[in-house]
Order: sequence, then C-alpha cells, then structure tokens
Amino acid sequence: MKGMKRFWGKQTVIAAVSAAALALSGCAASSALNEEKEKPAANTEGDTVKVGVLHSLSGTMAISEVSLRDAELMAIEEINANGGVLGKQIEPVVEDGASDWPTFAEKAKKLLQKDEVATVFGGWTSASRKAMLPVFEQNNGLLWYPVQYEGMESSPNIFYTGATTNQQIVPSVTWLLENKGKSFFLIGSDYVFPRTANKEIKAQLKAEGGTLAGEEYTPLGHTDYSTLISKIKEKKPEVIYNTLNGDSNVAFFKQLKDAGITADDITVLSVSIAEEEIRGIGTDILTGHYAAWNYFQTTDTPENKKFVAAYKKAYGDDRVTGDPIEAAYNAVYLWAAAVEKAGSFDVDAVKKAAGGIEFKAPGGTVTIDGDNQHTYKTARIGEIQAAGQFKEVWNSGEPVKPDPYLETYSWAEGLN
Amino acid sequence: MDKKKLGYWLFFIALFLGPLYLTEFRLALLGKFLCFALVALGICLIWGYTGILSLGHGVYFGLGAYCTAMYLKLEAAGGTLPDFMEWSGVTALPAFWQPFSNPVFALSASLLIPALLAAMLGFLTFKNRIKGVYFSLISQAVVVVFVTLFVAKQDWTGGTNGLTNFTTFLGFSLASPLVQIVLYLMTVLILGASFTLAAALTKSRAGRVLSAVRDGENRVRFLGFNPTSYKVFVYSLSAALAGLAGTLFVLQVGLISPAMMGIIPSIEMVLWVAVGGRYSLIGAVLGAIVVNSAKSFFSESYPDIWSIFLGLLFIIVVMFLPNGIVGAVNSWNEKRVKSKRKGGTADAADSVVS
Amino acid sequence: MAVVATQLFNGISLGSILLLIALGLAITFGLMNVINMAHGEFIMAGAYTTYVVQQAFSHYVPAALFNYYYIAAIPLSFLIGALLGFVLEKTLIRFLYHRPLDSLLATWGVSLILQQMARSIFGAPNVAVTAPAWLDGGLTIAGAVFPYKRLFIIALAVICMVALYLYLDKTAAGRKMRAVTMNRSMASSLGVSTQKVDAAAFAIGSGLAGIAGCALTVLGPIGSTIGTYYIVDAFMIVILGGIGSLAGTVFGALSIGMLGTVAEFWTGASMAKVIVFAAIVAFLQFKPAGLLSARTRSLE
Repeated sequence: MKGMKRFWGKQTVIAAVSAAALALSGCAASSALNEEKEKPAANTEGDTVKVGVLHSLSGTMAISEVSLRDAELMAIEEINANGGVLGKQIEPVVEDGASDWPTFAEKAKKLLQKDEVATVFGGWTSASRKAMLPVFEQNNGLLWYPVQYEGMESSPNIFYTGATTNQQIVPSVTWLLENKGKSFFLIGSDYVFPRTANKEIKAQLKAEGGTLAGEEYTPLGHTDYSTLISKIKEKKPEVIYNTLNGDSNVAFFKQLKDAGITADDITVLSVSIAEEEIRGIGTDILTGHYAAWNYFQTTDTPENKKFVAAYKKAYGDDRVTGDPIEAAYNAVYLWAAAVEKAGSFDVDAVKKAAGGIEFKAPGGTVTIDGDNQHTYKTARIGEIQAAGQFKEVWNSGEPVKPDPYLETYSWAEGLN
Repeated sequence: MDKKKLGYWLFFIALFLGPLYLTEFRLALLGKFLCFALVALGICLIWGYTGILSLGHGVYFGLGAYCTAMYLKLEAAGGTLPDFMEWSGVTALPAFWQPFSNPVFALSASLLIPALLAAMLGFLTFKNRIKGVYFSLISQAVVVVFVTLFVAKQDWTGGTNGLTNFTTFLGFSLASPLVQIVLYLMTVLILGASFTLAAALTKSRAGRVLSAVRDGENRVRFLGFNPTSYKVFVYSLSAALAGLAGTLFVLQVGLISPAMMGIIPSIEMVLWVAVGGRYSLIGAVLGAIVVNSAKSFFSESYPDIWSIFLGLLFIIVVMFLPNGIVGAVNSWNEKRVKSKRKGGTADAADSVVS
Repeated sequence: MAVVATQLFNGISLGSILLLIALGLAITFGLMNVINMAHGEFIMAGAYTTYVVQQAFSHYVPAALFNYYYIAAIPLSFLIGALLGFVLEKTLIRFLYHRPLDSLLATWGVSLILQQMARSIFGAPNVAVTAPAWLDGGLTIAGAVFPYKRLFIIALAVICMVALYLYLDKTAAGRKMRAVTMNRSMASSLGVSTQKVDAAAFAIGSGLAGIAGCALTVLGPIGSTIGTYYIVDAFMIVILGGIGSLAGTVFGALSIGMLGTVAEFWTGASMAKVIVFAAIVAFLQFKPAGLLSARTRSLE
C-alpha cells in the first residue's frame, strides 16, 4: 500500500510533465485552443495585414540572410509610412529559418496556417526554397524569393525577384569570352546551384567557342584551397568562373592572392559576391576581379541614391547594399503594387494582377513576367574597386526577359 | 504495477487524441516531434541502458528517410525520371534506385539498411573493444562520410536540396489533411508499440545483460557472456528505430536532406534524451517533445536570440538535472516519500552509476 | 616537379593548421578528458580578437605601426581564449570531470550561446582582417610559390608545440598538470592543488585555440560559425594521434593534412573528405587507441 502510494505520486508528476510537454507543444494550451481550425486564408480583417519574413537569422546562412530581412522590413516601413496597402498597415511576422531546410518548411507552414499571412518574403539557398515550395503549393500561399538562382523552376506560388541564369550567368559568360579569354576554370561549392550553373556554362562554352580547363567542387564551408589553387596553376586558365558560396569565398580569394595570382594573371568572375561579401573578404584582395549582378550599390539611378541613403540611415553608415538586398526590397514593393492592382489580398487575385507590374527599382525598372513569375532585370558586370564598391563595366542596356528554362538558347537543348 | 502502465496509457491516449485539440499546424509539428521521440527511444536503449553514446544517429535516421523518400519521389515522377536527375544530366534511372519503386521494398529497406549498417559498424568496433568517447567520435566520422557523400553525389541523391516535393503515398495525396491525420495517428501507434517493445526488452534477461554491460563490461565477459553480440543487437535495433522514424518523418514533413543527417542533428538527438532522462524510456520520449517544443517556441517568440535560450536549457539540464526531467521528478518524489517514512527502496532508474 | 613540391608543402601547411586547432584540444580533451564542443568558439573568439585589435590599431595607433597589430593580436588572442576557458572551467567544467560525456552536452549549449553572442556583438556578416603587409607574397623557389602566411603558420605551430612540450615536461607547473591528469587522487594527496591545476590547464588549452583563431584570420573567413568548420577535424586528430599523447597529436595532424591534400589532388575536395574520414574510421578499428598511445596494462 505504501509502495502504491509512493508510486501514485510519481505517476502524477510524470503525467503533469507530460501534460506540460503537450501544452508547450501547443505553444501554450490556451492559444492552441483558440486557434481556428480551418483552411488557411490570408487574414485581412482589421486595420493591418500580416506578411511573413522568413530568413536564416542563425546558423551558417545568417551571414547573408540577415540583411535581406533588414531590407524587407525597411520596405514595409516605407510603405506603411505612405499609407500602407489598400489602406491597411503591413505587420511583418519575422521567423528564423535557422539555416535548416526543414525549419524553413515548418516556419512557412506556421506563417500560412497560424499567422494567416497574406504573403511571405524569404529564403536564400535553393535548398530552402525547394523545402518551402510544397508548403506554399499545398496551402496556396505566396512566396517572394529574392536571390539569384540556377533556374529550371517556375512554381505558380513563387515569385522570383532575383536573377535567373539568363539574366546573370549567360551574359557574363559571353562577356568574358569576348573580353577576357577563352579558357575557363569552373570552381564551385558542392551543391545544386554551382553544379547546375556549371552544366549550363559548359554547354554555352561549347557553343560559343570557349574551352574548359577544369571543373572543381569543394564541400560547403571548405577553407583550405591550396590544393585547388595548385590545380589551377597547372591548368593555366584565362578565366576562373566562381560559384563558391559564402565563407569559402573568403578562404579562396585570400589564398589565391597568397599564391601569387592576381586579377592581372587570371580574371575571376563571381556570381555570389556582393558588396557585403567584399567587406568580409577584404577589398585589397578582390580589387580587379569581377562580379555579375543586376544591381550594384553604385548603380546610378535617382531611386538608388534614395535607397542607399535610407538603408544606411536605418541600419548604420557602415552597412552596404547589394543585389539580393535590393531584390528583397523590390519584392515587397512589387507585392504591394500587385495587391493594389488586384484590389484584394487574395493570393489568386494577386497572382493574376501581378503580370506586367512595374517598379522603378534602385537598379532600374523591373517588370514581373506573368508567365513564369520571374522579373525582367538588367544584367550588369562590375569590376571591384579598391574602395570596396563596383565599377560597372558592362550592362545589357535594357531589362532582360527572364527565361528560367533557357528555352530561347539552342545550346541549352537537352539540359532540361 | 498497473498504475505505472496507467500513466503511460494516459500519456499515449492524450497523444492519440491530438487531432481533437490541436490545430493542423500544431498537429503536424507534434507529429514531427513524435518521429524524433522514436529516435530518442532508440538512443535511450543504447545510451541509457547499454552505455554506448552514439553521435551518429542522424545517419540512420537519414538513411531510413531516404529509402522512403526514393519511393515517394518515384511515385511522384510517375514513371519518368525524378526532376533533380534531369537537371543533373542523368538519362536513365540508376540501377539501385529501381527496386525502390516498390513500396514494400522501400519501407523494409528503410528499416533494414540502417540496421545492417549499424550491425556492420557495431560488429567491427565492439569486437575491437572500442568504447566510450572513441566510439562516439568514430560515429561522428561516419556522419561526415555519409553527409559528404550524399551532398557530392547530387545526381543520385538530390545533393543539398535532398528529396522533396512528393505528391502521393500508396496513392493517397500527402497534401490532404485527412491523410496527415492518419499518418499522425500511425506515428502515435508505432511510437506506442516501439515503447512497449523497448520496455519489454529492458525488463527481459537480455535487458539486464545490457545494463550489466554498461556498468561493468569486463565482469560480464568474465561471467561468460559475449557483450559484443548484445551490443551489436541493441545498436542495430536502435538504428532500425531511427530508420523507422525517418520514414514517418519524410511522410509527414515531406522532405529529407543531408543537412538532417549531419553532426548537429545527431548531437541534438542525444540532447533530447539527456534532457528527458537518459535512464528512462518515457524520459527520452518526453525529452524529444520538450526540447523540440522549446526550440519552436523560443524561435517563434525570439527569432533573433532564441539559440541563447536553447543553450541555457542544455547547460541547466546537465548541471542541475543530470538524470533529466524524469530523474529529477523521481528523486524529488523519493525525497518526499523518504521524509514521510524512514528508509525506502531506491528506484533503479536514478540509483544507477554516474 | 614544382607541383610535387607545392603539394608536399600544402600537405605540411594543412597539417600545421590542423595542428594549431588541435593542440589546445590535446590538452583539454587529450589530457583532461573534457569533450569541449565550445573549443571551436574559442577559435572564433581568437579570430574576433584579431579583428578588434586590427580595428583598434587603425583608429588609435599611428599608421606606420599598423602592420604590427598582428604581433599584438597573437598574445591577446591567447589571453581572451584563456580567459574564456578559465571562466568556463570555473563555472561548468569543474563539476563535470567525472562525467566526460556530459561535458559534451553542456559545452554544446555554451557553443550555441557564444555563437549567438558573436552575432549580436559583431553582426551576422563576416568581418575582414587585412593581413599585415609583411605576410604578403611568398618565397619563390624553382617556380613553386611558398606563401609567407603559410610559412608563418607552420612556424607558429612549431613554436606553440615546442612551448607546450617545454611547459609540460620541463616546468614544475607542467609536471603537476601531467601528474593530475595521470592520477588525480595521488597528485592531490602529494599536495598538488588539483583545482588550480585544472583551471590552468583548461585555460592554456583554450588559449591555444585563441591563437589558432588568430592564425586562421589570414587564410580564411572570420564569422560566428567558423568554429563549426574545424571542431570535428580537431577531435579526429586528437583521437587519431592517441588520447593523452602530444606527439600523437602532431602525427595525427600531419597525416590527416598529407592524406587530405594528396586525396584532393587526385580526386576532388568532397571525395578527399570522404576518404580522410573513412580512413580514420578504418584506422581506429586496427589501432583503437590511436597512432601513439600510452601503453597500459589496465583492463578498463
């Protein structure tokens, strides 16, 4: 009997802990009970409309993604100061994707189902986008993805405000062939974007008279490039086409310079190095190398002067803008414009209204292509200057029509 | 005795009734946590009961998940090549993918492949009498090998993106809320069954040998037992549980990528068990649910600094609750009982070893 | 021929980097049996210290002296690392000596917190350290370039190693440290204050991580997650060399460095990583106690 009694006490406590665990998983039982159980739809009652902002604020991708959140929040504030969207103030709900793809899916689901946001701005890596894609398609949500990527995708529930390959990589390869040399060495981090991009580059090189000196991939987070640089030295290419990601760029460029290879010897063109990354690598190391983007902080438009000034005012004089930051900023304005045109926050109505929407962006006018939900963007190539900024050396003259599947290029047949 | 069972019954019934009181989103979240609880159960068996700390269970979880995901991907592709293979320039389905179009094969593989790999690795390392921290670090090296391979072999595995964007499972649409509820209930049932199995194992003669291995392996050897075979068995069993959890995870979350097999998730799995109570099966289950709920809750409430809270949680648990939540409850309870009467018998769960 | 020389040098260079990151761990893990997952964050702390010293020099010190900031940064990185290690030992580790696997879990929490603190203090993006001018360029011999930075790191690793050896073998404090790690109760009954020795040993190990962080700034990125890139490798080196053996750690670092560069040259970086780690797993099956391990007749 005594033992029994003792036993009961323990079980009650364990049961209590179990209950607490359940309650916690319901994020406080009361709020869980109050949540309505119905198919998600944007909650647009009241004076505000919620939108999701979903980037990695922790983990390895935080180095890049935190600034995108900042740009999106700034755009939201600006729009709110001008009266909001359809008369409603925008209320951002910020979530951390934690550089972890299932977390992106979980948080996307949370934003759509629990917070009932009208749209979500978010993502950087292709893996995070691929993880979120089914969530947005199943819940008929709307995602604005602001980073250049490898193409070969066109989800009806995603708008792509970054460049696809034919707005960044394809023109830059042509430019390099015409101006810098025929022999290419491709290096990239070992993941989907570099491998897909390099497959396209190889096909283009074949068609446009270039040669392939070598192709190397290093694991994400790789920091010793001495062996890869010996391989480069052995092959003596004229151009290095760099699709390394994040931290690896720092190690690669530092060690390339130490090995005695400067921009005069071999031109390096990168597609993932913007103003912010330059600061993390050190300008002295990068001077003279190139990057392909759609926007530079130095891009000379009146909108950009305002944008850069506002960004610095909001987040500090030492901050710099850059292509993904601008694309994230544009995304908010494009969404707001589409909502205004549709006269509704409804996802289907916004999607229908979005085609042809124009925005005078800091980097020049961008227009949404109604067919593939990408944007028309001006391709640019910049040379890195000692001050840590780009000097534009080439641009496409007019916004390039997005072609995520490279359907208009004969050499790309058989790639998809 | 029956009252103890009653407590567990109540807990699992509460879980089973989840769809009645949780929203679709919270239910999906809890379903995911229950998959993790299944992994934790396996880790508790080898760590708490046998004294082997594996920092590589992410691999077994991932392998199980990939086996099922391969089937789902082929079903979604409907006879054509999976999308990522097309982008990678693969023209024909690799031979090792082909059997996975059969769901029976894929599901059994998701149990057997992790179990076999664990048996192989376990047989070698345990036979060579590698234990303690050596084994833990070797299991980490195995994680690095697998993750790097899965990332590098993009044309076969989908690379960092992993496998995602599934449509149906055995013909049922995975997007349907009803199917998701059924999957959730299945997860609860499987977790309950695995729990019962694990509890029976720990009470059996074999279970006693396992605890003896933990407390004094050489003495067990001198008594004429072969600790290696016991260890290999329980290690494979826990790998199979992780593989099973992977299957349930992929069905509910709809995604598997190498990032989830990595070092960080593998260590996190151990942390769940540590927080719940490593010497208690129910503790492991609770730990997985509590830690992941805390992670979701902190990161939703404080997206900027949530990892500080999570870090503090781990430190506090290790410093002040060495036997986890359940251990703390037990010893608190014991003190209370002791103060009521003189003496009293120590509970097996918290008198064990340091 | 130049390629062979360069690759040989690269192997030694990678080995020296690995040695620097593992040397501190050889003490805290190898001698003291503490599994400190925050070791990588001490490396990060050393790297950020170097950044702060550089910033301070560029603001408060005449430009002519700027190039010497790095000389100041090395001891400061050591001190910051040692200070963090000391605090960690006093607040957490000393309660966990009898529970080595628990030290892993607690320090994992510490590592999460330190990373987040770095992000909060220095911002999420990477920061840049400009290497001092006297480390620019390299020695060219018969067409092969040997960068000064890598030569410097090799020298630094050798200096640290020799200093550590001298400390452990030739000084009274070092011998006490070894006595405590070999037999705590015996040392204690002979009048050695084990608490002081523990704190000192942990601080030195952590300080070495700080130096490693300082050295890495000239070659790689400086951000909140750099520790995570090196932590697993560091543990593998110590375990491969043999727990408790300093010479083993040196051999471990050099063999992983050489194998890594050779494998990368023939295959690629990803496959090289797979080969190196698979080799470690296989090797430990044959020699579970590592390359050089203390002989012991005890059973457990």
